[in-house]
Amino acid sequence: MKKSLILTLLLFTFWSLNAQKYFTKEGKVNFDSSTGIEKIAAVNTKATSVVDFASGAIEWGVLVKAFKFEKALMQEHFNENYMESNKYPKATFKGKIDNAASIKLDKDGTYNVVVKGTLDMHGVAKPVTANATFVVKGGAISATSKIKVLLADYNVTIPSVVKESISKEVTISIAADYSVFK
Amino acid sequence: MKKILLAFVFASSMFTMASAQEGDLLSLLGEEETTDYANAAFKTNRVINLHSLENTAAGVFDFKISHRFGFINGGIQELFGLDASTIRIGGDYGITNRLMVGFGRSSFEKTYDVFAKYKLLRQSSGKKNMPITAAVFASAAVKTTPFADQERENYFSSRLYYTWQVILGRKFSEGFSLQLSPTVVHRNLTATKAEKNDVYAIAGAGRIKLSKRIALNAEYIYVLPDQIASRYRNSLSLGFDIETGGHVFQLHFTNSTSMIEKGFITETVGNWLDGDIHFGFNVSRVFTFKSYEHE
Repeated sequence: MKKSLILTLLLFTFWSLNAQKYFTKEGKVNFDSSTGIEKIAAVNTKATSVVDFASGAIEWGVLVKAFKFEKALMQEHFNENYMESNKYPKATFKGKIDNAASIKLDKDGTYNVVVKGTLDMHGVAKPVTANATFVVKGGAISATSKIKVLLADYNVTIPSVVKESISKEVTISIAADYSVFK
Repeated sequence: MKKILLAFVFASSMFTMASAQEGDLLSLLGEEETTDYANAAFKTNRVINLHSLENTAAGVFDFKISHRFGFINGGIQELFGLDASTIRIGGDYGITNRLMVGFGRSSFEKTYDVFAKYKLLRQSSGKKNMPITAAVFASAAVKTTPFADQERENYFSSRLYYTWQVILGRKFSEGFSLQLSPTVVHRNLTATKAEKNDVYAIAGAGRIKLSKRIALNAEYIYVLPDQIASRYRNSLSLGFDIETGGHVFQLHFTNSTSMIEKGFITETVGNWLDGDIHFGFNVSRVFTFKSYEHE
């Protein structure tokens, strides 16, 4: 009897672990490399992300072609000349929430955490650290974060003729409303 | 009972372990197949003189200035043709991502032209698979120079020219695109009775990307025999596209003087072998008026 009790407990532990996975398929990724001369910004509303609050693992994935610009030509150049989206169709982030245990999924609140991981885009994988905010409200979980990356770090080169119009540093901001993964 | 429970625990723990494997959380969501449309088979909506299979995007105005200098065989006296020039000033506008319209005015024979181009099929892969892009093109041109024979009765309709074209093309790879355009040019009035009012031709064009921002383009238009006067030749053009942000500069060599279909298809007089070659350029500058979802 004792044995089966332990096993049942074990079962519930696994269950609850599983229930700590959350996901979205409509994550928002904003991208901005504007300068005073030109507004260069795009949004991707089809980012996918999964968080496992038990282990702290978090992953993001976007299709580079799904970034929408206001200007069609900018979008074409973004794909053709800068991100080479035919060659590198996806960008991903795989990381870990430093203090995932501090996020209480059953308690409303705003939790500021540090996420460390690897950003893989344009064929280059580099470690990044980001400050992220998780908000738990009535069982709903959302997250936001913002990082800055240097284009040169990811082998994205800016030709000299447009050097003045494109910022060397790109701001990437993300936002997601997570749902329980079943 | 115990056994069942044990089996259940075992199965569920196996499942949890499998799904909790690190670094592969995203694969839990599975892949959603999307349609991937080929774009930028050419840098702009023209190859050189010919319309390419690309359109001006919805809400975008593309201001075009095209220039052809004189024949380079004019020698130093004519500064290799640079002393003379013909020009077309025009503009293209994308009404939707599939439909564009345009107009222009050429100094050569003082001609005004309007056109429309519609993409029937768009090359795509993934969820929707389409091997080629197909577009239809129609243009009308009116020549406004005085009639050659002022004595006889002249009609306005005699000044009109029409062109119909089907553009079939494919972006084979990032660096290589090819297109074929069966064409009919209709002239309401021809110089002699022997010349046909309807002229059938087939145009071929291609581009090879030399770098991300520079491409080599070529186009050749074969006019089927016994339709136009023997002094007219097939149009052959070679050129480079150089793209710098909002501009595309097209620099090229061509034996055609006119920059509109009825001219470069049916009235090209230059002979490449004799050095009847124009140096020329097209400059394209885009202005975004409205922003849409662009595929």
